[in-house]
Amino acid sequence: MKRLGNNRNLTGLLFVSPWIIGFLVFTAFPLLYSLFLSFQEVKITTDGIKTNFVSFGNYEYAFSVDGTFVDRVLKYLEEMVISVPIIIVFSLIIALLLNQKIKFRGLFRTIFFLPVIIASGPVIKELIDQGITTIPSIEQYAIYQALNDNPDGFFNGILLYLIKNLIVILWYSGVQILIFLAALQKMDKQIFEAAKIDGASNWEFFWKITLPSLKPMIIVNLIYTIVTYSVFSLNPIIEHIQKNMFKVDTGYGYASALSWIYFLIIAAALAIAVGVMTVKRKKKYT
Amino acid sequence: MQTKTQQVNKYYLKTKRMFLGMQGTDGLLYKLLIYGLLVGIGFVYLYPLLYMGVYSFKSLDDLLNPLVNWIPTQFYTGNYEQANKVLNFFSTLMETLYVTVLPALAQTAVAAVVGYGLARFDFRGKKIMFVLVLATFIIPPQVTLIPRYIFFNELNILGSLSAFLLPATFGQGLNSAIFILIFYQFFRAVPKALEEAAQLDGAGHFRIFFTIALPMALPAIIISFLFSFVWYWNETYLAAIYFGDALTTLPLQLQKFVATYQQMFPAEMGVSGGNQLNEGIKMAGTVLSILPLLIVYFITQRWFVEGVDRSGITGE
Repeated sequence: MKRLGNNRNLTGLLFVSPWIIGFLVFTAFPLLYSLFLSFQEVKITTDGIKTNFVSFGNYEYAFSVDGTFVDRVLKYLEEMVISVPIIIVFSLIIALLLNQKIKFRGLFRTIFFLPVIIASGPVIKELIDQGITTIPSIEQYAIYQALNDNPDGFFNGILLYLIKNLIVILWYSGVQILIFLAALQKMDKQIFEAAKIDGASNWEFFWKITLPSLKPMIIVNLIYTIVTYSVFSLNPIIEHIQKNMFKVDTGYGYASALSWIYFLIIAAALAIAVGVMTVKRKKKYT
Repeated sequence: MQTKTQQVNKYYLKTKRMFLGMQGTDGLLYKLLIYGLLVGIGFVYLYPLLYMGVYSFKSLDDLLNPLVNWIPTQFYTGNYEQANKVLNFFSTLMETLYVTVLPALAQTAVAAVVGYGLARFDFRGKKIMFVLVLATFIIPPQVTLIPRYIFFNELNILGSLSAFLLPATFGQGLNSAIFILIFYQFFRAVPKALEEAAQLDGAGHFRIFFTIALPMALPAIIISFLFSFVWYWNETYLAAIYFGDALTTLPLQLQKFVATYQQMFPAEMGVSGGNQLNEGIKMAGTVLSILPLLIVYFITQRWFVEGVDRSGITGE
């Protein structure tokens, strides 16, 4: 019996071994190596790569000298704080709508999922360039002009950003809609009927039963949204990192430091987002 | 008099029921609201596509004419002819399929094997591995990009398909973690009884995997392949760096559209219009570069949207 157990143990490892090898070679090692590079000044010479230890030099440079990087990070954080909740709420609303008894449900689902298929960097860029991603003919309305005249205020800035990028923001929500929809369809119909008999309205039902039971999915979607939003190829920070990678005076070392800073920012954003969600939940139940 | 008020009351109730609905059934207003919202939001989603489609058929006259908005005056395909030349459509399409289908296949196969291993076996360090799998999803590709680039350069596989294929074969491709999770959830939901029966009949683990587990996982296989295919297709950042000029894809060609166009059709001095790049040609290029994906999507959309609940992506 013991032999059999060992055997299962080994077979299991055999099944996952491609991933373990891949993880060590293509992820763990590069991760450490780029951490190493981020503390070095890297020069590419004819006989290979020469490194020179500079301690935290690259990191200091990023925050003190490289103004573009700090600017872009701040802008990215600001935009993320605005966009991510909108994407989550919006995809939840669409999922709730699609979960009703409606005709043409298949057609609507097909439409709402379309962006996932076609939204590659160059296509979105082309659309943004053509100005298709703003609300059509918004410029004619007085409110837009009023906002555009003084774009400095905090709320004005947010509103302007929303107006200009509404379609792009909505286009991010394809997969999230699917995840919410799948979760909604798995909900027990009997709870709904029981609540109905007790006289709960749809509104109460949504806030007291649907939403709390969707919480795990909201966290999943939060993580998914933040990650995809951050690694999207049009992201200005990524562009900046790539530019520095092939620059002579900064090179691989500095680009590695930038990418590590960026990685830590994303990780912190994820931790905060998930933390906020779980803290809220605890409050509700006590 | 009595009967009249009763009648009025009855009609009032009936109309109220029709518009606002009763307990359990939805009223007309409610339905109107839902359909209105769905159509409205659907339009926001379709608007860029419609715009692209319409503009790609507009001739220069139509583009310049402010009266022509949504319906071009003539069915003009010149934009497509030029975009086709600039993108070098068919050979680029073949190349794109080459660099997307093969990694997608490799990734799906490996995800199935690894997902099965995680779902069906207990081994030491399984929990740690699970956490690491999830962690790979969060690591932005930029962090591992430079070492991988140096590494691939030393292996001399930059500019060849292997730069995509190799990580995919070892479960480190684009979003591999998601596919491993899909298979993990799927295999966990499949009852163990079948496998135990096969084991009693003397089948080994690998035979069970290939003859019993894998055929059952067809929905998960299809959805993984499709997502993987789409994500590899749309990947331009890594493709541009790993492939350089050696290989190209339709989205990459679209990125260079303006530059290529100006090279192919140099603007003549003093001649305005003529063969200058216009919105119509650009839109035609964009349409061409997403058309293959759209076709695949409309054929397989049933799998895309239904497969997600069927493969249990959300977990229980």
